[in-house]
Amino acid sequence: MNLINFINAFFSDSAHWTGYDGIPTRVGEHIQYTLQALVLAAAIGLPVGLITGHTGRGGNALSLIATAGRALPTFGLLVLMTLMLGFGLVNVMIPLIVLAVPPILVTTYEAMRSVDPSPVDAARGMGMSEAQVLFQVELPAALPLILSGLRSAAIQIVSTATIAAYVSLGGLGRYIVDGLYQRNYEKVVGGATLVAGLALVTLALFWAVHRTAVSRGVRGSG
Amino acid sequence: MIRIDSVTKRYPDGTVAVDRLSLEIPDRSITVLVGPSGCGKTTTLRMINRMVEPSEGTILLDGKDILQQPVNTLRRSMGYVIQNAGLFQHRTIVDNIATVPRMLGWGKDKARARARELMERVGLDAALARRYPYQLSGGQQQRVGVARALAADPPVLLMDEPFSAVDPVVRKGLQDELLRIQEELGKTIVFVTHDIDEAVKIGTMVAVMRTGGKLAQFAPPAELLSDPADAFVEDFLGADRGIRRLSFFPSAGLDLLTTPIVAIDSTAEQIAARDTDDVPYLLVTDLDGRPLGWCEPRDLTAGAVEAEQLLPYGRPFVAGTDSLRAALDCAVLSPTGWAVAVDAEGRAAGVVSQQTIGEAIRGAHAEGRKTDKTDKTARVAR
Repeated sequence: MNLINFINAFFSDSAHWTGYDGIPTRVGEHIQYTLQALVLAAAIGLPVGLITGHTGRGGNALSLIATAGRALPTFGLLVLMTLMLGFGLVNVMIPLIVLAVPPILVTTYEAMRSVDPSPVDAARGMGMSEAQVLFQVELPAALPLILSGLRSAAIQIVSTATIAAYVSLGGLGRYIVDGLYQRNYEKVVGGATLVAGLALVTLALFWAVHRTAVSRGVRGSG
Repeated sequence: MIRIDSVTKRYPDGTVAVDRLSLEIPDRSITVLVGPSGCGKTTTLRMINRMVEPSEGTILLDGKDILQQPVNTLRRSMGYVIQNAGLFQHRTIVDNIATVPRMLGWGKDKARARARELMERVGLDAALARRYPYQLSGGQQQRVGVARALAADPPVLLMDEPFSAVDPVVRKGLQDELLRIQEELGKTIVFVTHDIDEAVKIGTMVAVMRTGGKLAQFAPPAELLSDPADAFVEDFLGADRGIRRLSFFPSAGLDLLTTPIVAIDSTAEQIAARDTDDVPYLLVTDLDGRPLGWCEPRDLTAGAVEAEQLLPYGRPFVAGTDSLRAALDCAVLSPTGWAVAVDAEGRAAGVVSQQTIGEAIRGAHAEGRKTDKTDKTARVAR
């Protein structure tokens, strides 16, 4: 049997479409983990990146944290968390957030630093407050890069959220972990295909956000 | 009036950008700060809207210390134009211009209507209103920058090398436009440039600064050209300041000769009557009186003259409107050494020799010494 046959067999089996182990449930769980981790990572990464980027201070500390964050093995962290805290969603969220914050934080900081200084100077000179400068001038110009940071974070979370299955939680990792354990490769390939599909959907979503949220003037001048 | 009173800017590392500078910037006129890079001209400008805070001294705006006013209120009362225009890429042209009115709480429609009005004033096509900055040329962007600074009708306009990044032809257009707008609006403009020609062209008063943030001379441009305060100013003005100074003398007093002007259809008798010893050439015009070229009288037989046989006359100057500099330039360019003066419609108004222009220059200099300072209002085009 080849890969296509595995995929075919997995998706045509009606048993895979219903119940607590059905595709809709697992996809729903996976999306839920992804969104939770992404929102929390953005809640940390965006404000810190925006403020450090706006003031230009703390760039060195940021890159240090980012390098450290990237060096941490996600799976190792998951095992450590589980050993320390037992089973639960928090143990999964922490490694995912540690994974997602560096790309968001660093790209946001870099995006803010790379904004053309002359509109910022003009904005201050015409009497904008610092908050107005940040939100009305810097953020719209930095948005494409910031979105790209969020996008890579989202893709990484989607593909890594499969680890939730290792600690008895749901999500698409369930198929992969269970399939490997049961030597049911049809299940493994099916789960992996779904993860890849979800990653592509994420890409498409970010493309749509980019089209709607980024001003035509910024897209054109980029 | 803006009064800069012994202001010093010293940075934490000890560099002195501006050193005990005092200047009185007159209302409703253009004051230019000019000097080589590192002379503190931009720092001085930026201290007026508190983009840079002075270390010592005071700056008074209409008698009030600017440090006592809320910084953003102060800035909103001053238009600010910078070198690369600094437009907001994410906003359309009309919304860029409407920025300050919107910040002051105007409604969207009112602010946009005002923005469109300003686009017209700075010479921008109304069709550009919905475009984005990246779709405009550098010169157009700079016009938007000026319009944006004028949007809330501030009494003061601060301009930091606004025309430095555009090519010379566009720059000249922008300078002319600024002078025209200033004639209509009468703002108090402080203008920073490193280009002495620009300073002389647009300034009512010119402050020449030297490295180290010191004022070298503060004078009207004509006085600057005639009486530079020291070797530094003289050097900074360049080698041809004598010629450039002629821009401030009108050509109105020149004695124009009309005798040597003949129409192309003139008869032999008419040509003979025009041929005098004063001028070795005759200026041939078309039937409307527009100059065609020079011709030696013996080559000119009635009705037989061909345009190709004529000597070119270079470029004419407009009698009365152009300066002595323009007239001299025309005489130098003309192969015959005689300048052709035309009226506003381009018809030949007379001819004048280099010698006559030279006499007019000597006369103007004598006049200048007598009144000591050349009246700024005597400045004419070019």
